[in-house]
Amino acid sequence: MTLLDLANPTRFLSLTAKILPWLAGATAVLLAIGLYQSAMAPDDYQQGATVKIMFIHVPNAWLAMFVWGVMSVAALGTLVWRHPLADVAAKAAAPIGAAFTFLALVTGSLWGRPMWGTYWEWDARLTSVLILFLMYLGLIALWRAVEDPSRAARAAAILTLVGAINLPIIKFSVDWWNTLHQPASVMRIGGSSLDRAFLIPLLVMAIAFSLLFITLHLAAMRNEILRRRVRALQMMQAGKPAA
Amino acid sequence: MTLGPYESFIVTSYALVGAVVVILVIWIAADYRRQKARLRELEASGVTRRSGRGAADIS
Repeated sequence: MTLLDLANPTRFLSLTAKILPWLAGATAVLLAIGLYQSAMAPDDYQQGATVKIMFIHVPNAWLAMFVWGVMSVAALGTLVWRHPLADVAAKAAAPIGAAFTFLALVTGSLWGRPMWGTYWEWDARLTSVLILFLMYLGLIALWRAVEDPSRAARAAAILTLVGAINLPIIKFSVDWWNTLHQPASVMRIGGSSLDRAFLIPLLVMAIAFSLLFITLHLAAMRNEILRRRVRALQMMQAGKPAA
Repeated sequence: MTLGPYESFIVTSYALVGAVVVILVIWIAADYRRQKARLRELEASGVTRRSGRGAADIS
């Protein structure tokens, strides 16, 4: 099965129907293992039990950026390769990415209050992630404002690629500026600085949340294809040509 | 398992993530049912795809 085969929405729907139950099952099993390991992880010598927030904050923060990355590739697919499913993929991913970004912001805030003494600080990392969240909301609003999917697709693709500039800013904000937020401790030159007792549950949760995203994304793409079929049939019923 | 003096922050974080994930799952599942129902209604009213395939048939 090639990417070209998946350009056929009917074939994509058929494949999705087959793999979604397996993905959902794998996600549930990994989430259960990750939550158990998170609960059993020892307290940190400085943070105490508050370190457990890391096991849900970091996967959400990682996915907040990863989903925009997926949307950026899809935006290229729309503008350059005109792949018929590229815009479907981007539109379906946006609300899920917005939810992960919201969770990264709120869990970070709930982690920051006991550790930093404040829920919020206008520093580079927190502000750049807030901007990412607002860009997700802007994209969702754009898709809702333009009725014709093909017109909305091009505008959304351009906005997505412009917004991708924010991804390296988020990643390197802790290195470029003085921030309250700690520097990278997992993906860094020289390997992770986390102890295995924290690193393993964190990686399991990160994989579980990534699988959760893939499952939700495929299901949302399936919905979007069906929504476009509904629209095309409604246009036929009204006697107008479908766009 | 004891969560120390900041238990409420930890429990709220996990509860919020759980609630948002459940809302996402329910929202996507409900949207799927809504689109399938609309397609069936349209097909029942005699509108069919150019390919002649059932629009609600995804397998």
